[in-house]
Amino acid sequence: MVDWRKQRADRDARIAAGRAHSDGRSGGKVVAAASVVDLLEAVLKPGDRVCLEGDNQKQADCLARGLSACDPAKIHDLHMVQSGIVLPEHLDVFEQGIAKRLDYSYSGPQGGRIAKMLYGGQIELGAVHTYLELFARYFVDLTPNVALIAGVSADRDGNLYTGPNTEDTPTVVEATAFKNGVVIAQVNEIVEKVPRVDIPGDRVDFVVEADRPFYVEPLFTRDPAAMTETQILMAMMAIKGIYAEYGIRRLNHGIGFGTAAIELLLPTYGERLGLKGKIATHWALNPHPTLIPAIESGWVEQVHCFGSEVGMDRYIRERPDVFFTGADGSLRSNRAFCQTAGLYACDMFIGATLQIDLMGHSSTITTNRVAGFGGAPNMGSDPHGRRHPSDTWMKAGREAQITGDPALMRGRKLVVQLVETFGDKLVPTFVERLDALELAKKIGLELAPVMIYGDDVTHIVTEEGIANLLLCRDADEREQAIRGVAGYTEVGRGRDKAKVEELRSRGIVRRPEDLGIEPLDADRSLLAARSIKDLAHWSGGLYEPPARFRNW
Amino acid sequence: MALPDPNAVSWYEATARQRLSAFLDAGTFVEFLGPAERRMSPHLPLFDLPRAFDDGIVTGRGTLDGKPVLIAAQEGRFMGGAFGEVHGGKLVGLLRAALDVKPDAVLILLDTGGVRLQEANAGETAIAETMRAIVDARAAGVPVIGLIGGRSGCYGGGGLIAGTCSRLAVSESGRISVSGPEVIETNKGAEEFDSRDRALVWRTMGGKHRRLIGGADAYVDDSVSAFRAAALDLIGHAPAFDLATLDAEQARLESRLVRFGDCRDATEIWARLGVNDPDAIPSMTTAAFAETVAGVTEASHDAR
Amino acid sequence: METLTFRHTTTKPLGGTTSQAITGVVASGNLEVLLERILAPDSCEIAIETPINGFGDVWEAVVADFVARAQPGGLRISINDGGARPDTVSLRLLQGARLMEA
Repeated sequence: MVDWRKQRADRDARIAAGRAHSDGRSGGKVVAAASVVDLLEAVLKPGDRVCLEGDNQKQADCLARGLSACDPAKIHDLHMVQSGIVLPEHLDVFEQGIAKRLDYSYSGPQGGRIAKMLYGGQIELGAVHTYLELFARYFVDLTPNVALIAGVSADRDGNLYTGPNTEDTPTVVEATAFKNGVVIAQVNEIVEKVPRVDIPGDRVDFVVEADRPFYVEPLFTRDPAAMTETQILMAMMAIKGIYAEYGIRRLNHGIGFGTAAIELLLPTYGERLGLKGKIATHWALNPHPTLIPAIESGWVEQVHCFGSEVGMDRYIRERPDVFFTGADGSLRSNRAFCQTAGLYACDMFIGATLQIDLMGHSSTITTNRVAGFGGAPNMGSDPHGRRHPSDTWMKAGREAQITGDPALMRGRKLVVQLVETFGDKLVPTFVERLDALELAKKIGLELAPVMIYGDDVTHIVTEEGIANLLLCRDADEREQAIRGVAGYTEVGRGRDKAKVEELRSRGIVRRPEDLGIEPLDADRSLLAARSIKDLAHWSGGLYEPPARFRNW
Repeated sequence: MALPDPNAVSWYEATARQRLSAFLDAGTFVEFLGPAERRMSPHLPLFDLPRAFDDGIVTGRGTLDGKPVLIAAQEGRFMGGAFGEVHGGKLVGLLRAALDVKPDAVLILLDTGGVRLQEANAGETAIAETMRAIVDARAAGVPVIGLIGGRSGCYGGGGLIAGTCSRLAVSESGRISVSGPEVIETNKGAEEFDSRDRALVWRTMGGKHRRLIGGADAYVDDSVSAFRAAALDLIGHAPAFDLATLDAEQARLESRLVRFGDCRDATEIWARLGVNDPDAIPSMTTAAFAETVAGVTEASHDAR
Repeated sequence: METLTFRHTTTKPLGGTTSQAITGVVASGNLEVLLERILAPDSCEIAIETPINGFGDVWEAVVADFVARAQPGGLRISINDGGARPDTVSLRLLQGARLMEA
């Protein structure tokens, strides 16, 4: 007789073991924060696949502290499958021998340490994924045995309110709870009735009332006070040379200062160009504070969010026509759905990167930092499964079409890199060879960690101009178009000047003056808000910036 | 909620030179020891640090609504507006010239973190000499008005200098203190003062707090035109510099210490001053704040 | 600190009559540019003091492009650099030239 219920029996046994550490009430779901280590040691088994919810923003930090305090003699060789490596504890568990193998997406704040540990062999790396890719594998070959998640509140039945930062939680729970896994949630408080049910209680096996509210990083707040004239110039070029020309209405923005400058120029420069209603109306975007002036000026029809942003909750609540909110009024975000929206329903992704090579491949990985990908490769790729037309998509498709039957032409997603030619400390953005290739060799990766492949990139915008790679007809043209906007970097100075001028005459390389933009006009007075305080004013006092962004 | 006028020149955003040219009557500014004279720091090259042609301070004369004034503006972005030897010497020289020129006022556009570490002895001396020169100018009947609203605030020796001015105008961005947030945190710990908690920094040292407790005499919007109007008004209301004024100032500071010495947060001070909703102060508009200030007796006085 | 000096011949003098101008501030990633109309109308000298060593060839290229574009004949241009990126240098030079053309 085949036993078809081995996993189910194992799950039941784990839950029974965990119940011994509950407070004994309401069916034993509620566990005190002080008993987290006991609970985890009872539920986990060596070699388990574990998702310790570390999202882009929200962190199950109480459970992370608990896991890193477990006895490595009891709990070891775990295989961590989580999108974000954000907290020190996420890596501590590898140093302590509690965890061994890692599959993840993003490690911004821990990028330096994770690089060291990869070099040192302390982490057995599966792969660095995009968000959607990791989520997809949760349902195929990386299904967690145990998920440790975070929410704002829960009732005693385990019904969970995630708060505005829903993020990865529904995806993680879906994969774990419905495939014989155990779900443990930490919440800031246990309440009689949750404001809304984001995760039904029958998918949550244990609830821990955390010793302090979970940590959220204000990752998407860009202070307008720090925006430079160069970033404003680039924003002007992008709006006039790309947004206006392609009529881009459905889009996603990266998190850099350049894209934030675009958001702040919409109600000023964009308005002057008569573009209101014609561009930037539908967004897959976190609630960027810098989008407030555009929203308040009536530019934005709707925004779906991956997560939330610290300080934006009240503002979002008061703008339900723009944001996706629950019956309780608060934001409902969802990373998996928003990533899908960015991949299939947006006509453009525009974002920054750290390095671009001569073919347009880009990477945020340098030899001593492994930041991971997050969602950029999902947004910043041309989805071959797309089957709905839009004017923007079709125009880009026509530009890219070199040969073939026009009746079989398909569109192209615009993938725009918005970069200054030099980064901090005069480090060039344009390079002959990506550091990512060196890293791959050093730690023996089969696949070099390229963030966006060159064949997905359609435009590169720098302070020197715009390179339209769709119009390039061969590799040499592509290289010279990239060199032609690479400024005074070695790559830029190595250009064939005559060839670049020829590309310019064909509109493949365009300078500010070709677009009718005077670089000396790029002034901070063009910004709809010049400080965080201005943003708070625009919001009518609804935006409540975190203390570190205030100067009042 | 009123948004700032995009056409107004923001004091906070402007450079020292931009502030000066928009502040004075158009075309009246004449610079002393301008950049082409290249009177730069003799010390910074020893530390492999870049110099500025004017050593971070612009000095000269001009008119304000027709009144002749001497004026100095610190550049808060060059080395945090800190006092070095040349920088300090230019300010002291300007103040001493006031004894001969007898302008209607000397205006100091303070924007400084204090003394430049690389030339600390010269900088400390400059602070002391500046305070002495301010006192001499005031004793000779020339009001000295400090205007504070720049990136670097007014810290260290700059805070001491502010304390010797006849009158001070401050914007919300302006901060006045001797020890800066980081210095306090380093010496007393983050539990005592978390320098990254910027709301705390502003509550404790910012323009609104200084105005409420009478540390500054005018609170203005962050625009050059607002500072200009405030300066003109303050010149007309500068106190005499005599024993009575100094006695009054001593008494004011002593009673302030007695009344508020045990407060743990600025909001407690505001409550004791009779402010109804202290927590609302930081987000108040200039107009609403002006109404609140009008109800606080301690905010306005004849002392200093 | 590194000191660099570049001398160029221009095809014409810079327009305008302003004798002196200054723009920018010596701060991290920024620079100040002092322009003085004191040289022969067909020559231009640009002297730079920078705390970042080893970028002489970049400065040379930035200056050459500026001279070709603005034809700043007659100007002695002095720069105190705070570690500005080349695009910021170009922008300040053009801002300075515009002030002198007034």
